[in-house]
Amino acid sequence: MTVNTTPQFVPDTAPIAPIQFLDQDGRLAAGATPALDTAGILEGLRYMAWGRAFDAKSFSLQRQGKLGTFAPLVGQEAAIMGAAMATDPARDWLVPQYRETPALVRHGHSALRVALYRLGHPHGGRIDANVKVMQFNISLAAQIPHAVGLGWGMKMQGQDGVAVAYFGEGSSSEGDFHEAANLAGVMKAPVIFFLQNNQWAISTPREIQSQATDLAARAPGYGMPGVSVDGNDLLAVHKVTAEAVARARAGEGPTLIEAHTFRMWAHTTADDPTRYVNPEVKERWEKRDPIDRIQKYLSAQGLWDDARHGEMQASVEAEVEAVFAEAFAHPPARAEEIYEHTFASSTPALERQRQWHLGA
Amino acid sequence: MAVMTMIDAIRQAMMQEMERDEKVVLMGEDVGHLGGVFRATDGLQQRFTSKRVIDTPLAESVIVGSAYGLALTGMKPIVEIQFLGFSQNCFHQICQQIARSRFRTRGDHPAQITIRTPFGGNVRTPEFHSDSMESLFAQSTGLKIVMPSTAYDAKGLLLEAIRDPDPVMFFEPLRGYRLQSDEVPEEDYTVPFGKLRTVREGDDVTIVTWSAAVPVAQAAAEQLAERGISAHVIDLRTLVPLDEAGLVAAVERTGRCVVLHEGPATAGFGAEVITLLQEQAFYSLEAPLRRVTAPDAPYPMPSIEGFYIPDTGLLIRAVEEVLKD
Repeated sequence: MTVNTTPQFVPDTAPIAPIQFLDQDGRLAAGATPALDTAGILEGLRYMAWGRAFDAKSFSLQRQGKLGTFAPLVGQEAAIMGAAMATDPARDWLVPQYRETPALVRHGHSALRVALYRLGHPHGGRIDANVKVMQFNISLAAQIPHAVGLGWGMKMQGQDGVAVAYFGEGSSSEGDFHEAANLAGVMKAPVIFFLQNNQWAISTPREIQSQATDLAARAPGYGMPGVSVDGNDLLAVHKVTAEAVARARAGEGPTLIEAHTFRMWAHTTADDPTRYVNPEVKERWEKRDPIDRIQKYLSAQGLWDDARHGEMQASVEAEVEAVFAEAFAHPPARAEEIYEHTFASSTPALERQRQWHLGA
Repeated sequence: MAVMTMIDAIRQAMMQEMERDEKVVLMGEDVGHLGGVFRATDGLQQRFTSKRVIDTPLAESVIVGSAYGLALTGMKPIVEIQFLGFSQNCFHQICQQIARSRFRTRGDHPAQITIRTPFGGNVRTPEFHSDSMESLFAQSTGLKIVMPSTAYDAKGLLLEAIRDPDPVMFFEPLRGYRLQSDEVPEEDYTVPFGKLRTVREGDDVTIVTWSAAVPVAQAAAEQLAERGISAHVIDLRTLVPLDEAGLVAAVERTGRCVVLHEGPATAGFGAEVITLLQEQAFYSLEAPLRRVTAPDAPYPMPSIEGFYIPDTGLLIRAVEEVLKD
């Protein structure tokens, strides 16, 4: 008899089909039971449209030289909002990367802050008291450990909140993802690792990030379940996230969700994706547009039509216009603000520097 | 008053604060069951349970990063990084994430976290265990840099650190953990940040130093005294905030100054001290300002570390030079 030395753990040979409720024509799969009711779907759709309008306005302002570089969400609206709609702003924390504006706004974060942030105004960094969101994190993956601490901290204090960490497939190559997932597993922390696989990290494609067939397949290595879901399907994303949230609240620990989506616009306004994105691939993804898909689903049920679409568009665009009008009317930042908030109270060095720089 | 080692004083501070404030938790590698590789947390898990004294996976970045999340839920984490050298593995979480949180949220998300970490050489540790990197953290705005040299200060500064609303890097001179003993009150007290300590009064030359190098300066001052040279020795205690007024006054007193530290020379904190004195004490100076530091080389293998860390001989040589100038 010989001892078998064949490796016991081998990579999957092919990706597993992501969970899908709605096909690209908005038809509900047989046996799919959405957890969002009609009011929830309409709310989610409106935030998706609002997010796209917010980016369209930002883009136009950026091209006029009035707004700084920003990272748009277009194409990822269902992933972002499907996950957010499964959370409770009163008790759960959202920990964004940098494309999740409408999720933060639903959670109570002021859209004005995001507009100011994009205008480069320091007040855009503020987070109002009792709003359970963290600030955007431009340093990829650094926020994932924070989410573990938030979930763990709530659990420590006997609260039933969960923390949702948004990040991308690029970030999942960072060490912080590994350390965070590992600790969350050990502590059974109520955390949702929400990986938006939008296929691109600036110009680096998904294949270069990892040889794993599915990024969600890493989850068992951390002692947690993994889910692969169609990220352009609001109902499927919401359902799998709601189930993950329920498990976390019940003390069953974290979940890794990989939402397959596509970054339809550039990485940021400073990027030119025509240098690296195959137009045919992009065209395929255009047919999977998350906003179109949920509207087709609603239309088929007689809950949506061109008139309602037009009303929604007009309403979100007006809201976005109002937010930016308010942001442009916001008092400009003062030079003194550089000398505020490094510490709770100033130091002799900072005070000396302030006096020399700005006068007493 | 009881005479206590520095490590006992550090442990007592944590124990008393955990008794006083249930939001304080302690986390790190080997801090729980074992009580820390230096026994700084010995007995604390038994006393406060594994819910408050937490053994973590070996992962510095998420130890610090999750402490930030804990702090945002209202907890007050004390993080132990087992050796300062390993803080390189969580440098971004400390310097980019925690240090800037208050500033970038305009005060809305302060990060009340104490990061304790042993540092310094001459204890024959393996590679990467002995670095003195305080200047890297001092350059990272938003962190308070606390560097005790006595058991009394270690307890009082640590209690101050845990209660401070900002992130604090608390550097513990591991050579002094058991070698350094002094009187430590049993009761609760704090030592304020930004107030230096006069170690020894003198009139001929001022020696400026902190933490692990303080005993070196004291020994040198004693030898100098035997030769009739009176050295004024100050311990900065905290590099951020820095007691600028106290430092300037201590150097104006003698007109001559040598700065002593264990880290390398270039861009070390001694350069900051000397620049400040050049700006603020120039007209009181009788001689060029000097520094005695490690060379600009990586920390060496233990058999030659005695040549790397500045000793009393080098310090005395520098003092003699500034007295001649």
